[in-house]
Amino acid sequence: MAASCVAASELLNNIKQISVLCPKASYAVRAVSTSSPQCHAQLPQRARSAPQQLVGVVGLEIHAQINSSTKLFSGAPVRFSAPPNSLVSFFDASLPGTLPVLNKRCVEAAVMTGLALNCAINRKSLFDRKHYFYADLPAGYQITQQRLPIAVDGVLTYSLLGGKKRNQVMRKNVTIKQIQLEQDSGKSLHDDVRSQTLIDLNRAGVGLMELVMEPDMSCGEEAAAAVRELQLILQALGTCQGNMSEGQLRVDANVSVHRPGEPLGVRTEVKNINSIRYLARAIDYEIQRQIDVLQRGGTVQNETRAYDSKSGETLPMRDKEGLQDYRFMPEPNLPPLILYEDNASLPTGIDACQVVVVQKIKEGLPELPSVKRDRLVQTYGILPEHSFTLVNEDGLVDYFEAVLKTTKKEPRKVIGWVTNELLGHLKQEDMSVCQSPISPSALAELLELQETGHISSSVAKQVFQKMWRSPGKTALQITQEQDLGLVSDTAQLHSICQKVVDSHPDEVHAIRSGNKKVLNKLMGLVQKETKGRADPVLVRAILQKKTS
Amino acid sequence: LTGRNLWQMHLLRPGRISPTELCRKCLNRIRKTQHLNAYITVTEERALEQAQQAERRLQRGVPKGPLDGIPFAVKDNFCTENIRTTCASRMLKDYTPPYNATVVQKLLDQGAVLMGKTNMDEFAMGAGSTDGAFGAVKNPWGYAAPYGERTRADPDSDWVVTGGSSGGSAAAVASLTSYLALGSDTGGSTRNPGSLCGVVALKPTYGLLSRHGLIPLVNSMDVPGIMTRSVNDAAIVLGILQGLDVRDSTTVPAPSSLTELPEDFDVKNICVGIPKEYHAPGLSEETLAQWSRVADLFEEAGARVEQVSLPHTQYSIVCYHVLCHAEVASNMARFDGLEYGHRSQMDSSTEVMYASTRHEGFNDVVRGRILSGNYFLLKRNYQHYFVKAQKVRRLITNDFQHVFSSGVDVLLTPTTLTDAARYRDFTQEDNRTRSAQEDVFTQPANMAGLPAVSVPTALSRRGLPIGLQLIAPALQDQTLLSVAQWIEQRVGFPSIVSTQMLSSLDLLQSLSEGFHIISI
Repeated sequence: MAASCVAASELLNNIKQISVLCPKASYAVRAVSTSSPQCHAQLPQRARSAPQQLVGVVGLEIHAQINSSTKLFSGAPVRFSAPPNSLVSFFDASLPGTLPVLNKRCVEAAVMTGLALNCAINRKSLFDRKHYFYADLPAGYQITQQRLPIAVDGVLTYSLLGGKKRNQVMRKNVTIKQIQLEQDSGKSLHDDVRSQTLIDLNRAGVGLMELVMEPDMSCGEEAAAAVRELQLILQALGTCQGNMSEGQLRVDANVSVHRPGEPLGVRTEVKNINSIRYLARAIDYEIQRQIDVLQRGGTVQNETRAYDSKSGETLPMRDKEGLQDYRFMPEPNLPPLILYEDNASLPTGIDACQVVVVQKIKEGLPELPSVKRDRLVQTYGILPEHSFTLVNEDGLVDYFEAVLKTTKKEPRKVIGWVTNELLGHLKQEDMSVCQSPISPSALAELLELQETGHISSSVAKQVFQKMWRSPGKTALQITQEQDLGLVSDTAQLHSICQKVVDSHPDEVHAIRSGNKKVLNKLMGLVQKETKGRADPVLVRAILQKKTS
Repeated sequence: LTGRNLWQMHLLRPGRISPTELCRKCLNRIRKTQHLNAYITVTEERALEQAQQAERRLQRGVPKGPLDGIPFAVKDNFCTENIRTTCASRMLKDYTPPYNATVVQKLLDQGAVLMGKTNMDEFAMGAGSTDGAFGAVKNPWGYAAPYGERTRADPDSDWVVTGGSSGGSAAAVASLTSYLALGSDTGGSTRNPGSLCGVVALKPTYGLLSRHGLIPLVNSMDVPGIMTRSVNDAAIVLGILQGLDVRDSTTVPAPSSLTELPEDFDVKNICVGIPKEYHAPGLSEETLAQWSRVADLFEEAGARVEQVSLPHTQYSIVCYHVLCHAEVASNMARFDGLEYGHRSQMDSSTEVMYASTRHEGFNDVVRGRILSGNYFLLKRNYQHYFVKAQKVRRLITNDFQHVFSSGVDVLLTPTTLTDAARYRDFTQEDNRTRSAQEDVFTQPANMAGLPAVSVPTALSRRGLPIGLQLIAPALQDQTLLSVAQWIEQRVGFPSIVSTQMLSSLDLLQSLSEGFHIISI
């Protein structure tokens, strides 16, 4: 009995603590919003001011696969799900005597990413070897940038939607400690039945950017929002495709808990997270677990834990027994990586094609998601939360702008169609924007019919449903076939209205005694009679006359 | 055929000797000198095929270059396509690379004929060519007349080592089974056996020759080495091998398209530095005498000869060992039995297989260096050993820079402390001690990346070669070789000659050119 009481009070405490740092914030991405109780449950107000409670501290280590046609140090092609060991150069298999040759495209991608994340780009960076024995690491070491990485000291600004209606945009910053270039490993496939391990080296040597985010976040939701923003930035830059399920973006979370003002607690590293949704869940689970451990008087172990998406738990990983000493040393086969500020700073006699010029990359930076959102809000007068929805969904901004091109309907009226009708249908069927059966021009045609008074807004929604189910048919065709056009025959409407007025004497009486609102009820009845096809302007005028 | 100025003598001039005939003679000679254990693999069929192709080109008057049809040998740590490359280790006993090292490819592109892969210390770790999985290499001079006559030694029990680790290549060139050979030089592995076997041994400037396909010992010091019977031959080979390679990011463009050296190089305007620290304990009286003799030659010819100081020389060896072992530990990590090479039968777990594979595949020397190298790289030791050694390395480099910027053009030093040791005596000390002793004069040039060459100078009282070393500033390989040739022209070092291989015409011409000829 006593025990259960303690547990319950702990739970209450825990809820309070985490809410301090994530007050009623909701993650801006619909597709991956979490249902974690810690982060956005409606919590008692008193919890916010509770001092000296344990709170979560989250840092991230992100491996982003560089979008390049060849590997970081070899000419082998990069492709997902190719036949095993079909994309392996001599160097990738670590044949003796082979040497690394740096891929310029990978360097440019890292510089571009660094610039987009407001990093300082190091004019000189170095490569190091990180040693460990593993079957899918054929050289016995990974080439990385431990001492002097290519970019340091950046900031990622991300936003959460908070407030009662989750329509307040809250901007947050996370410090990017560094971006380093490094090699990916191969893949091991453990065949437990025959107790053997199969190795696929297709991925071995693919270029990665390791981004280290400082522990500036406090819960799964913030981490998820930060990663989502990063994902959008990388995709906008084209430096990483960012597909987490294909391993193009891999996120490990360093999680600890402490009391604000006190030194950080012992941290664990949570791995095996393959979606943003799971990232938030894994972190929140881990924060909760550590708080539980501490409040039971235990200590948190510095360990690596794997997230199990089925159970929603993090579990200690077995293969990292003992402390690893990576025995770092400089990579002797690669001279320092030198970047040049602009063409003027190039040494004489150097081939401009052989070097990376930061200024040139800066000039080629595309529009970043935050800028795009601001532009959308300003240009189209839509709400900030709509700009998040548009930008977060791959291809939705283009769709929205394509619709606007062929309709006179105001953007503020179009946005609802795109973010509610279209996106709702897509989500329901787990489709991407590019798979939509309704093209931007088809939607524009539909909206145009409504705008010009050919159909009512409720009919428009019906037509949308039908278009979704029978792709290829235009809005006009559906409207004509199903006789959904607006009824504006005055005589016909007069007789329908008369029928309604006659059968609702009480309502007519109410209107006549001054309650004008009741007119709407009668209008609704007329629309019901006409299946929403009656011209509302005409109906209102007729009813007003008949009830005056 | 004496080897001096091989190409100037137009060895393969029509009517002289055909490439196939030459190839057969060399193959015969390899058979006759099998006891030297210079080769791990002889590529007989391939060599004959290549020689026939060269012959057709020469007959049509369209040779690929100055080396077309010339037999060469390659140390067994350079990758050769479809020819096994063992590094004299059980680990790679049956390993056949799918590609050629850049330097090998360049020689093949010239039409040079590959005779085989030469013996060495396992993974080039050693200074005697005594520590390989295929047994020790024997020095041809131990079977030559002077050694037998002067020492009354029994060649079967008193044979002498070649030095190392490129002992097989040195023995191949010295015993006339190849006209040039590739070695590798990390701490002296080309110059040391070159000196003990009486051949010219060049370690070019670091980065001038591609390391692509050279199975590494210490990446930051390894340089492919060139062994020939004359300085000019070395210059020709250097001209062919040097230059940028996209597959090796540490290569540099060649400063000049060096081909042949000036016949009458004037030393009047040069300054020869004599580093006092190289007057080291253990330096034999005879070697010291040769050093003085050549210094005097320079002085007499009007060169400025100055004593200089390289104060950090004494720290070079210990510093070298830290850096070498650390890189060895790293470079050897790939030999785990998974992708290639030896794999142990013990496979109860991946870890057990790694451990037993590496235990079975590597000898004690390699395993010892891996162990100490990993120790130096541990997080808690890294600053104390590796970083400190790197700092000392910088000081050693600065020593050289200081001397060269003070007006010295080239340094003259001994290559080794003594002439070649008897195998019996050599193996009294362990590999670690021997490496420290043997590399003492050669190793600082690797630390600084400088070009250096060993030139055969004289025979010792025991009838064994003594060599002297020249060291030049980075990328001054041409000056280095010009000075080396100047020495070569004056010291009158005897050549090994196989009387069986000489036509009477060659013999006459050689004698008329004033060469001493020693036959074995």
